Amino acid sequence: MNPPIRVLVAKPGLDGHDRGAKVIARALRDAGMEVIYTGLRQTPEMIVNAALQEDVQVIGLSILSGAHNAIVPRVMDLLRANDMLDVKVIVGGIVPDGDADALKRQGVAAVFQPGASLDAIVEFIRGSVLEVGPGKI
Amino acid sequence: MDMAVAEKQHTTISGVPIEPLYGPEQLADFDARRELAAPGEFPYTRGIHETMYRGRLWTMRQFSGFATPEETNRRYHYLLQQGQTGLSVAFDLPTLMGYDADHGLAEGEVGKCGASISSLEDMEILCRGIPLGEVSVSMTINSPAAVLWAMYLAVAEQQGVDWTAVSGTLQNDILKEYIAQKEYIFPPRPSMRLVTDTIEFGVRHTPRFNPISISGYHIREAGSTAAQELAFTLRDGMEYVEWALERGMQVDEFAPRLSFFFNAHSDFFEEIAKYRAARKLWAHAMRDRFGAKDERSLKLRFHSQTAGCSLTWQQPYNNVVRTAIQALAAVLGGTQSLHTNSLDEAYALPSEQAVTIALRTQQILGYESGVANTPDPLGGSYFVERLTLDMEQAAGDYFQRIDEMGGMIAAIEKGFPQSEIANASYVYQRAVEAKEKLVVGVNAFQSEDQPIELLQIDQTAEEHQVKKLAALRARRDNGRVRQTLDALRRAAEGTDNTMPFILDAVRAYATLGEICDAFREVFGSYQETAHI
Repeated sequence: MNPPIRVLVAKPGLDGHDRGAKVIARALRDAGMEVIYTGLRQTPEMIVNAALQEDVQVIGLSILSGAHNAIVPRVMDLLRANDMLDVKVIVGGIVPDGDADALKRQGVAAVFQPGASLDAIVEFIRGSVLEVGPGKI
Repeated sequence: MDMAVAEKQHTTISGVPIEPLYGPEQLADFDARRELAAPGEFPYTRGIHETMYRGRLWTMRQFSGFATPEETNRRYHYLLQQGQTGLSVAFDLPTLMGYDADHGLAEGEVGKCGASISSLEDMEILCRGIPLGEVSVSMTINSPAAVLWAMYLAVAEQQGVDWTAVSGTLQNDILKEYIAQKEYIFPPRPSMRLVTDTIEFGVRHTPRFNPISISGYHIREAGSTAAQELAFTLRDGMEYVEWALERGMQVDEFAPRLSFFFNAHSDFFEEIAKYRAARKLWAHAMRDRFGAKDERSLKLRFHSQTAGCSLTWQQPYNNVVRTAIQALAAVLGGTQSLHTNSLDEAYALPSEQAVTIALRTQQILGYESGVANTPDPLGGSYFVERLTLDMEQAAGDYFQRIDEMGGMIAAIEKGFPQSEIANASYVYQRAVEAKEKLVVGVNAFQSEDQPIELLQIDQTAEEHQVKKLAALRARRDNGRVRQTLDALRRAAEGTDNTMPFILDAVRAYATLGEICDAFREVFGSYQETAHI
């Protein structure tokens, strides 16, 4: 049996609205994944560092403040600089369609907008991690 | 089909089971004189005024703010021309967190969720052309509330308006930040001291200003049930009362200026019951627990806002209907002022067109629907009275548990309200996932979305704010800024009321970030333990 998928759920930026992040973290845990939740107000550096330390296969970024265009590219740059592009990045929150397309062009695996179902997110993570194998564990 | 109906469990959106029918048997021991009395009479279940909206409609107060203070000021003038009767300022995240627009952590966030205010200069621009002696202004600011309030009072001075004539509301409710919204800067106890400073300052200098708006709104948005929203909010209120009494104020000196803010969510009757129970519980707490004598201390006055978390990204025009139903619940529940959300707010801050429809929704309720003709029109309904009693009971149980923990700060430090809310929000989300709770357009009746026009806030707001701030830092008397900040630091270390010191710093054009840094040095910063 494959070891459980390891996911870092992170809240970057100044936004304190953590309802979504917490619900997702719990849903992923209930789906059998190992979930590390960073807590609030993490800088891109803190997030990538935590992803490295925790050896995760997936980073989930929850952003509701509209600051995604400033924050997400910095996370992607840091992953690139650390040779960690095998880590899948998914973004959840209030991200308009146009911005979502732009984020995907920069390497984000998926953007989940309001109303996305928990099962769809779980399935997406399972599918995308299986594609690249069971990870480095 | 009939089988399915028979087996389906009927619950409120908070998960409270509902009986097939309500009649006299559900109100067997109900004493209408004791539980209800008349509108304007203790325990105010039916409303705080004898005539309610016959005397005066609720205040239609749309919360707004975006980008620069210049642009927000233009929106305020527009809203006042459209018949809005009060202003309500939304600040951006850097402002809410006590950072200037040019701080590293503000990058990408300036003006996104509200107006960017870093100094007295920005507040002067925000209030330009608005007579502060006539228009009441509500400010949604918490951790740095004392600083923004000082800026506002300094602008009133410049306009030649006496502070005794200034009216409005400061949100200033730090407890719900630790519980739900998480926009805190300092640890709970020094934060409570700042809140108590503003209450005390208000009692002495601004008799028409509400120094605090004790808020359940954010607790509900974070996923609580209606009963949790009610219980945690009122118990927060009691905590503020205890701190003010500890400071040496008399209960009837400050209690009449305490105000509240509740969510108007989608479960129509549950919400109405919540407001009615809130008035009753507060009246009893103030009289029986704190010995208040002044009638005004017993009356719970509240603002309400329709539920942002109920708005859907899918089929956004449906949000107009949701908002109208929620607003009706707030009005039938006897609200003193109301914000109706705009149809596009699941996407962005509202466009001018969307906010106009939201305001018109209130005007239609107030002037066309007839619901304002008589107080508490649902009073005496078997169903509404039963729900009100149950709501009161559920909140009372929470009061007891929190009292046993040693009060709200102790409960927050244990993570109690936080985990109650997180559990409730997970249960709800699971129910949506299982289609036990239907959300039109999201997990039922899906269809292709119609695109809508959105308000865009670009990077120019940030550049504008940063440039303005650099010019201010170069222009002002920096010696005086240092002096006032030193004095403020010393006051924070001692026990004096900090408001006069904040006012001096603000008048010298010390920035929000500089003032909050002075407090950070003395009080430290708060970091919560993250639980899933």
